[in-house]
Parts: sequence; C-alpha cells; structure tokens
Amino acid sequence: MSRREATTQPAPENPNRMSVAAVARTETTTPESRDEWLDRNSGCIMVLPAVVILLAFAIFPLIVSTYLALSRFALVGGSFKLTFVGLYNFRRLLFGVQQYHLLGTFKPFDWPEWLAFGVFAALMLAWLVRYAARAFTVLGFVGRLISAGLATGLVLAWLGTLATGAYEGTLLTTCVYVVVGVLVQFLIGLGLALLCAQPIRARNWFRVVFFVPLMVTPVGVAYMFRMMADMQKGPFAPVSTALGLGAWAWATQAWSARLMVLIGDTWQWTPFMFIVLLAAVENQPRDQLEAARMDGADAFQIFRDITWPAIAPVAATVVLIRLIEAFKIIDMPNVLTAGGPGLATESLTLHAFIAWRTQDLGGSAAVGYLLLFVSTITCVSFFNYVVRWTRRHQ
Amino acid sequence: MTDDRPPMRRLFEPRTLDSIALVPKIATYTLLLLWTLIVLFPLYWVFVTSFKIEVQVDSGPYYLPFVDFWPTLDAWDFMLLQNNTLGPYLNSIVVALASTCLALLIGSLAAYALVRIRFQVKVAAVLTFVVLVIAIIVAVVALDVPWIVALGVAVALFLLALATFVRRFKAAVGNNDIEFWMISNRIMPPIVAVLPIYVMFQHLHLLDTQVALISTYTGVNLPIVVWLTRDFFAGIPLDLEESAEIDGASKFRVFFTIALPLVRSGLAATFMLVLILTWNEFLLALFLSNANAQTMPVLVAAQNTTRGPQWWYMSVLIVIMIAPVVVIAGFLQKHIARGLLAGAVKG
Repeated sequence: MSRREATTQPAPENPNRMSVAAVARTETTTPESRDEWLDRNSGCIMVLPAVVILLAFAIFPLIVSTYLALSRFALVGGSFKLTFVGLYNFRRLLFGVQQYHLLGTFKPFDWPEWLAFGVFAALMLAWLVRYAARAFTVLGFVGRLISAGLATGLVLAWLGTLATGAYEGTLLTTCVYVVVGVLVQFLIGLGLALLCAQPIRARNWFRVVFFVPLMVTPVGVAYMFRMMADMQKGPFAPVSTALGLGAWAWATQAWSARLMVLIGDTWQWTPFMFIVLLAAVENQPRDQLEAARMDGADAFQIFRDITWPAIAPVAATVVLIRLIEAFKIIDMPNVLTAGGPGLATESLTLHAFIAWRTQDLGGSAAVGYLLLFVSTITCVSFFNYVVRWTRRHQ
Repeated sequence: MTDDRPPMRRLFEPRTLDSIALVPKIATYTLLLLWTLIVLFPLYWVFVTSFKIEVQVDSGPYYLPFVDFWPTLDAWDFMLLQNNTLGPYLNSIVVALASTCLALLIGSLAAYALVRIRFQVKVAAVLTFVVLVIAIIVAVVALDVPWIVALGVAVALFLLALATFVRRFKAAVGNNDIEFWMISNRIMPPIVAVLPIYVMFQHLHLLDTQVALISTYTGVNLPIVVWLTRDFFAGIPLDLEESAEIDGASKFRVFFTIALPLVRSGLAATFMLVLILTWNEFLLALFLSNANAQTMPVLVAAQNTTRGPQWWYMSVLIVIMIAPVVVIAGFLQKHIARGLLAGAVKG
C-alpha cells in the first residue's frame, strides 16, 4: 500500500479530543471562522460517519453477542431472562453434548490417521521453526502459531470424522464448502477468463452473459436449483430415468446433497471470479506476450511465465474476497436440503440460525462466535501469507 | 497475404497475436458455449416456469412453450395484480438504492480521508472507549440502569479520560490500522450481528421499517466500499488536488469537485457490486422486516408454503427481480471490469 500521498497535516489524536481542543482555542485566542474550523478538522469529519456506523452495526453487536454467548436465554412468563453461565455454551459445543453437531462424531484413530496427522503436524512445526530461524518477531510468531494451531485442529477433526467415513459436524461441512467451492470457482473463473481473452468474436456477449448469475438473489438461486434438481418433475427427470436412476433421491445421500449445494454456489459465484480475472488477464503486458510468441514459447509456457505472474496479486485478492463471503453460506443449504440428510449439509451459519429458531440464543451466539474466530483466522492468515506474498513477488 | 505454412501448423498455431488458429478456436467456442448453456438453462427454466400453471409443473417436465405446453399469464396476473408484490418491490428499490448511495458517500469520504490525511489515534483512547462501551452494555443489560443515564455517564467519563491520562501514553494507531479495522468488519458473519441489531431497533421502535434496513445495509457494506474506493483514490495524481487547495478550496470541495469525478469508473463498479448485494440480501431482511418493510428476497422465500414451493409464483418473482439489475448492469457494464480491477490490483 502506498503511503506517499499522506500529507503533513497536524496529526489529530482523536476526533473528540480535537474538537474539544479546537473549541477551547476559539474561545481563548484567535477567533476562527466556522469554515476554517471545518477545514482544519475535515479529516475527522470525513471519517467520523463511517466510524459511528461501524461502531453501531459491527462493534456494538459484537459486544452484545459476546454477552449472549456467555449466558443462557430463557423465556419467563412473557418476558425473557439472561443468566450468566461463563463458557458453558462453548464447552457444550466443543466438548459436551453438542460436540456431535459442531465437530462431528469422532472415530478412534488407526495407524494411517496417526501417520497422516504426524506428517501434517511435522510440516506445521517445520514451518514455525523456519520462520523463527529466519525473521523472528513476537507478533509474527504468535500469529503463525495461531494459524498453525487452527490448521492442525481442523486436520485432526477431518481425520477423525470425514476421512474415516464418520459423521462430520457443521464446522467441517463449512470448511468443505469454503475450500472446494472457492477452489472450483477460481479454476472455472480463471479458465473462462483465459478463453474469453482469446481473440474471438462475441467476447462482450459472453462477458455479459457470464455475469448474470451474480445478479440473482441467493435465495432465488437456491430455489432455482431445487427446481432443477427435482428428479420427478424437473428438467433432468428424463435424463435420470434414462440412466436408470429413476427418481434419484440425491437429498438422502450426504455427498450428493453436498455436491448439489456446491453446484449452486459455484453457479452463482464463478462470475465474480471470472469478471475480475478477465480484466486482469486483458491487462497483462502485451509486449512481453509478443516477444514470447516470437521466441516460440508454447501456450503453457506463456501462461506460467507471463500471464500467471501478472495476474497473481489480483487472483489472491479476489480469492480473499470470496473466502470472506464463503464462510457465511446459508441460503443454499437451507433451501436445498434444510441441512439434511442428518447434519450432512448444515453450515455454521445455518447451525446458528437453527439454534436461534429453537430459542437457544446463547448457543446460537456461541456458534456465531466460533465461525467468526475460524473465518477471521483463515482470512487474516490468507492475507498475510498469500496476498502479501504475491504482491512482494510481482 | 497467403499463408504458406504447413497445414498442421496452420491448424494449431495462430499467424499473429490478434488471430487464433482453427483448432483452438473451435475448442474455445465449444467451451464458452457450454458454459453459456450452463448459465442460461436454469434461467430459461425459471422464465418458462413463470408461464406455467400448477398442473403443468406437477405433471412432469415440459420444456418448450407452445410446443409441449400452453403458456398462460396466470402466475404473472396473480403476482402482479392480485398479490401485494408492488409493496415489497418498492421496499427493495428504496432500501437498495438508499443504502447503496449512503454507503458509497460515507465510505468514499472515509476512504479519501484515510488516503490523503494522516491520522494518529491513541491506543489508550481506543481502549478507554471499548471499556466504556462494555460497561454501558453490562450496566444496561445486567444492572437495569436506564440506557440514557449510562450513556451520559460514559460520555462524561470518556471526555474526562481524554483530558487527563490518555495524553500521557505515546502508543498510537495510524491510517493502515484504521483501514484494516474498517475492512475487517466485513469478515463478521451477519448471524453474529443480527440479534443485537434486532434488539437495538426494537428499543428504537424502528423494527420493520425501511430506515432499519437502510442503516443496517449501509453498515454491512461500508467495509467493501472503503476497501475498493481507497485504491481508486490512491491511484489518482496528487497535483490536481494540491493546486486546488492552494487556490483556497476546502478539503470537502476538493473531494466533491475533483477527487470523486476522477474515480467515477471505480465508483460505478462499487455501486453495482453493493447494489447487487443489498438488492439480494436475505438473512438480515428476514430478521428486521415483517409486513411493512418486507423486501423481495423474503417474498421469494415466502412462496415456499405449507403446500410446497409455489414454483410458478416464485419464478415470476425471480424474473422481475433480475430484470432491473440486468438493465443497470448493462448501462454500467464497461465500468465494472475496469473498476473492479483497479480495486483488486492494489487491494
């Protein structure tokens, strides 16, 4: 980020403090017109509305949610009562009776699981050691410790449930949506962008058409795919019959249901990747392309050595934006499968929503908070390790 | 000019950078048309379904109007003339436009200031502020103190703290930290925020009003606006603004007459993105609106009745929801890609 444009304004320490000081000066020393006062404090006045709105709609709810997550909600005769219960809600989710819902039902580890876990943990450890040996700052090390801790925990949960065929909880389901969804959307988006950047006709037409799914409301997309996936009266019913599947009940099998959710999500969000990546591909240095062509480089070499380095920072940023949004997925699983079969397609936001509907407000806030932790750590890690890295190496 | 290369090379290798050989051309068109089909078929199906009646949907798939089923305007007639669709539609338009414009104005003002003016906020002041907010909430929720009293006491304490001990601490956060804080608010899942916001509007007696939705959406989308617009402002040259300031123009004047027009391409892209997000938002609208301020996504979901989803009504709603966005996107199309790119490159 460029700081060159920062001017040498006197540094206001705090909006309120500045105004207090300014008022004091107007009263005692030189008289100052209102316009001058406005101009001198323009920085604070410009930022203040945004700060106030974010305080009201982000920070205040966050603090209230903390309180909710630490208490138990009960309806008492037409009104409600909040009892402070400490970390009970979190304990119940992580270790207690709700563990199956959030983390899944663990199977005991056999040797392949132990081996895989050992390898992963060793990798994480090596990464930490390498960082500590090269450039050590306390903040950087703590940050990496947190990232490595979360990654190891997720791998542990994955090995204990999904990888061995046991039921996984909402946390891992959300991670499946995020990792697989974002990856697939990125690859399709990149592929389409590369195709669309070829010297072909009707480029603008493709661009407009490919953008359309982004404009459909997610609830609408979810119902649309429920309509499409209806194997009795939907458009693919004859195909399903021809394949001998009959009225194939995809919603009763865990992986086919998850696949349906992923298909809907991909249909909706690939355009976002596509439109930004296309702009980046079209923006790549043309002289280098021509020179490489002259030298007889093939398409893959050109992509690897010219196109990819040119678009990597954009690619990293667009993936980051998608990561942030992907963690919030709710409409698609809610409409398509209502989280079923069992809990197989339930995302964390849906989990919190269902807990809220059953008036377990404390549990709902606790789930929301865990989602916040996981997504914050993931997104900040991605920003620090990937986005910054691509920018440094451009 | 004749092409005298051997036939195999003619098939696979383009002659110039602006042409494409036959085989890659066919492959490209095939793949692009395939994705076009994937994109358009669900939309086509929704469009066709909106002209069906219940029997035609229930008795198996019919694909082509006039060929294997006879289209009717029954669903359109019911949704547009008999059902109250106009209300939610107007709500959606008002809420989406108002909150998008507000978020764009407030967000770009903040982004501009963060790019051009150096800020230093004392860490001690921030910590005091956070402690006081927590104290207010605990006092109001747990100790039943009237919230106006708590707020008054807190403001007084905050000013007192600013005037006394906060000065002595040196540690301060700068522009980068403020920016990061603003943008990171977007990570927060709406499900965490929605209940406190609900209670807040309940206390203010603003539940189920357009005001509640407009202000909430403004808050939710502000981080995106700051994120994207800050890079547009950072990308414009400083000279113009400096000369205007030497001529005596105020910062606000410079912002509105010089900086904003220079980044209109980026603003158009941001506008489009935020408009799409607010127009389509469901979860917050579900909590904050009921009969009066209901927006279109909620109405779409409401067609899933106890008798099962009313596909034909739902399809009508989806079609009339997409239409205006497509029209606006058509107008802003050439700005969108350019604007989003500028934002994403510098991030």
